Amino acid sequence: MAEKVLMLALSPTMEEGTIIKWLKKEGDAVKIGDVLCEVETDKASMDYESSQGGILLKIAVAEGGGAKVGEPIAIIGKKGEDISGLLAGPGRTAGPAASSAAVGAPGPAAAAVKVRETESGANGGAPGTSVRVKSSPLARVLAEQAGIDLARIQGTGPAGRVVKRDVESASASSVQAPSSQAGLRSESVPVSGKRKVIAERLSQSMFSAPHYYVRLAVQADGLLRARSALNARREKKVSINAFLMKFAAEAIKRYPMVNSSWQGASIQLFGAADIGLAVAQPDGLITPVVRDCGSKGLLQIDAELSGLIERALANKLKPEEYGGATFTISNLGSFGIDEFTAVINPPGSAILAVGSIKKEPVVGPDDRIEARTLMRLTLSCDHRVIDGALGANFLKYLGDIIEEPVRILY
Amino acid sequence: MAVITFREALRQAIDEEMTRDESVILLGEEVGQYNGAYKVSQGLLDKYGDRRVIDTPISEEGFTGMGIGAALVGLRPIVEWMTFNFSFMAFDQILSNASKTRYMSGGQFTCPVVFRGPNGPAEYLSAQHSQALQSFYAHVPGLKVVAPSTPFDGKGLLKAAIRDDNPVMFLESELAYAWKGEVPEEEYVLPIGVADVKRPGSDVTIVGFGKPMKVILEAAEELERQGVKAEAIDLRTIRPLDENAVYESVRKTNRCVIVDEAWPFASVGSHVGWLVSKNCFDSLDAPVEVVSAEEVPMPYNHRLELASQPSVEKVIEAAKRVLYA
Repeated sequence: MAEKVLMLALSPTMEEGTIIKWLKKEGDAVKIGDVLCEVETDKASMDYESSQGGILLKIAVAEGGGAKVGEPIAIIGKKGEDISGLLAGPGRTAGPAASSAAVGAPGPAAAAVKVRETESGANGGAPGTSVRVKSSPLARVLAEQAGIDLARIQGTGPAGRVVKRDVESASASSVQAPSSQAGLRSESVPVSGKRKVIAERLSQSMFSAPHYYVRLAVQADGLLRARSALNARREKKVSINAFLMKFAAEAIKRYPMVNSSWQGASIQLFGAADIGLAVAQPDGLITPVVRDCGSKGLLQIDAELSGLIERALANKLKPEEYGGATFTISNLGSFGIDEFTAVINPPGSAILAVGSIKKEPVVGPDDRIEARTLMRLTLSCDHRVIDGALGANFLKYLGDIIEEPVRILY
Repeated sequence: MAVITFREALRQAIDEEMTRDESVILLGEEVGQYNGAYKVSQGLLDKYGDRRVIDTPISEEGFTGMGIGAALVGLRPIVEWMTFNFSFMAFDQILSNASKTRYMSGGQFTCPVVFRGPNGPAEYLSAQHSQALQSFYAHVPGLKVVAPSTPFDGKGLLKAAIRDDNPVMFLESELAYAWKGEVPEEEYVLPIGVADVKRPGSDVTIVGFGKPMKVILEAAEELERQGVKAEAIDLRTIRPLDENAVYESVRKTNRCVIVDEAWPFASVGSHVGWLVSKNCFDSLDAPVEVVSAEEVPMPYNHRLELASQPSVEKVIEAAKRVLYA
């Protein structure tokens, strides 16, 4: 069957190549490994070796013409094969204009590709997916789960098929921390859809909401005692985060303005404390939300939270499970971080950053240095909604509950 | 546990069932006085007499039909064919009578008959006597088709086949009759329709049944030496097929090779390949491979005879293809 010859990334940073010279003519026989053409990349001119064998049926990009990586530059197949389907691009939806343009000589073929890109853009498709990529079914599923565009992966299977190991190495090189044996390297890493959303939302939050921060070191003994008392009778341990969610919801009940959103002409107060928890994923982060924590018991919050975290780690959260947090908690305690500041997660107006629980020297009531178990909290507030005194009162009250959980009964 | 041959395991199964149930009879060419062409019925004539162990003329259509008729009126006959190559003399009896009567009588008749004998190539037997014919019988609703690969499976499944109220095609192998394996002293019956993981692994699933399981297991051992963990699934029963056992494995390994010593066109191997492609589509990292007989009548020349059958090398090559190795 005739196949398209696609422009390949002949250098690590190449996005587009220019055909300097065709070394094969239409009608020539091509063996795998034959040099088809010379391509000028962003850095140098390179030989393009064919990964397909057959007859060069069509040159789609003439000498001097350019093609983006992944765009077709030629068609190779059997002698006399009907290639009109390949030239016509996506087929049914392409419309007469696209297909008639596509049958023409070099330039118009590139135009046909452009038509397709516009279409996929209009459908909200990720950039680069407009070209059909050969891939195994498993590779497609894995790439989707990892949020990686298949077109950006160099396939190592037969005829460039993207297979499982290619997706795995692509996701390893694009998201994971540099491994110990790998050296540094310069590389342009494509932005996944998820990364784009994270970037846009947090930039928008940071640059439009005037952040300020209030900090408090609270004694965690009361919280830890309450937790071990509860967990002593349970097989499944209730997490610290579930406690913090419950306590934050109680503090919100006293200071409801913290649970609100700046809307320009108005401030939206939310009728329920829908509290999100930032969860790190291999390729980003997500904040699953436990709805209406104020009216739920601790065990219910914990049960819902652990289910949400499990699904978050498996990339299986539904939009309604992670959107619309009215207040957010980010806990880097388990990473060994003492304290940090977090960027507010819209539409909420405040986010609580929680550090690790550890013993620290503290000046006690009679000026003696004592070892206390402390947890450091930092509340980031949107000053448009939460003034300093409110932020301070809220955090202090939350700290009081953490130190003395029985206060939520007051 | 006693280590016995495949033929002895089959003999024990028949012997035990004939003792347990006097409606069980054995008939076929040379099953009595000659003690079986492959000695599976050794000693049974002496033990049960010529009313229950019946030597028949060379007339497959006749004695197969006799077995079916006996089954319809209450006996549980075991019909031995000297080889499955001869079963086509009786094909109409199997296709039109054995497989259909329960259905067409609305369940008024059952047909509890077992057809057994060696199937598939042995050696130096040329084109007409070296055929693996499972595809023909696997094609027919109303038949059960069993193809064990070890003495243990053979005994347990033959007992189940004798007790089954449907016609069961029981595929043995001439070369496997002398294979030895552990078989417990105490009685056991294995369920028809349940596959068995003969060797666990995580990298590639290799599916087979009957004699080629030996080739599969040898290939798996060699692959292990090369760092590939192959999972060997023995279907044991071709119809009904334990599809889920295959799917479960393929969903784990993402790769599937099927070995079937029949010709590949419209075969058990090609059918399982289709099922896996359809039901494990999103789990597959490579197209399913089928290692089968070459599409030729069996050559008499021994090198060509071996070259036309699935081999350890062919299975390893197929495994490497699906592993992109």
